[in-house]
Amino acid sequence: MKETRLMMGMPITIEVVDKNITHKDFNDIWKYFDYVDQKFSTYKDESEISKINNKSLKSEDYSSDMKLVLKLCDQTKDLTNGYFNINKNGYLDPSGLVKGWAIYNAANILKEKGFRNFYIDAGGDIQTYGNNSKGEGWKIGIRNPFNREENVKVLKLSNVGIATSGTAIRGQHIYNPKKLNMELNEIVSLTVIGPNVYEADRFATPAFAMQRNGINFIENLKGFEGYMIDSKGITTFTSGFNKYVE
Amino acid sequence: MKKYVISIAIILVIVSYIISQKLTTNTSASANIPTNNTNTSATDKTSNNGGSSSGNKSKSGIYNDGSYIGSVADAFYGNIQVKAVIKSGKITDVQFLQYPNDRGNSIEINSYAMPILTQEAIRAQSSKVDIVSGATDTSAAFIQSLESALNKAKI
Repeated sequence: MKETRLMMGMPITIEVVDKNITHKDFNDIWKYFDYVDQKFSTYKDESEISKINNKSLKSEDYSSDMKLVLKLCDQTKDLTNGYFNINKNGYLDPSGLVKGWAIYNAANILKEKGFRNFYIDAGGDIQTYGNNSKGEGWKIGIRNPFNREENVKVLKLSNVGIATSGTAIRGQHIYNPKKLNMELNEIVSLTVIGPNVYEADRFATPAFAMQRNGINFIENLKGFEGYMIDSKGITTFTSGFNKYVE
Repeated sequence: MKKYVISIAIILVIVSYIISQKLTTNTSASANIPTNNTNTSATDKTSNNGGSSSGNKSKSGIYNDGSYIGSVADAFYGNIQVKAVIKSGKITDVQFLQYPNDRGNSIEINSYAMPILTQEAIRAQSSKVDIVSGATDTSAAFIQSLESALNKAKI
């Protein structure tokens, strides 16, 4: 069974191949994403994060999920030499971590219900478990940043998370990669595979911000692999990446 | 005699002017030559043009030279704002002034070891997939901000 909804400003797709899945199980997941959105969206005035930012909530009144997320953000900032930073001119925006965290938590809800073969995909960041309907690992394409109809790599993933950070549209609209007037070092896409989507997602954005160094950062993270595409369409990937290539 | 000295001096000035002009055009020209810092040998750069398509059709003369700052556009994860740089009527650079998660320009990171990693040119894959991973969230906002920057640049 497979369902897609537009939530948190992006399409979220859940596919479960275990036979005993019901609509109620799906609805529990949609409810969870809605809960996360209500709490962490910086675009909703009534969200907890907005209340924190407009100083109408004291730190002792933060919910436990909020305290946890802010702690995880601090930790991620330390792990990335400050490249991950939710503090923008005094305003907190933990969205860069919340997305992966929410997908991972939602996946754990399905696991606790006993499901073993499924994925959750939120805006291209994906948690995989078990196998697809053919009994194989989930086949995941890495989108060509120069042509969104194409994939440039096909991976087979099971029990890991994957997240891609980048500016997929830039190659299409700004320049032809064959005619290079622009900065050559520019990275257009960086995909991270990690032990789960939370881990992959929280490192994908800061690694992208590091530009060329990002792939080295991922290489040096144990249990992570990465695949980087630069503006010329040249990719660089980590030493263990090929084990995931189909 | 005085006339000779003056005319030789004038010739010298002209010659040195020409030489200096040549030098400056040379250096500015060489600054535009892309430095090949991808250190790959066998890279097939033609394979990525599949979809880059209609992008760079900005004909010379559509835009006034200069830098133009686009509007702030909402992406789900934060705001996007770009600056378009126009030279000789063409877009030569697009810089992000704002990007979700403070991407970009502040901190240098050099503390990581620099392993030699494999490189290759991207190639379209034909096999069917269950899911696609890619960065999509910010695209609409990016276009919105860029369009407003380019509108300002229009002659």
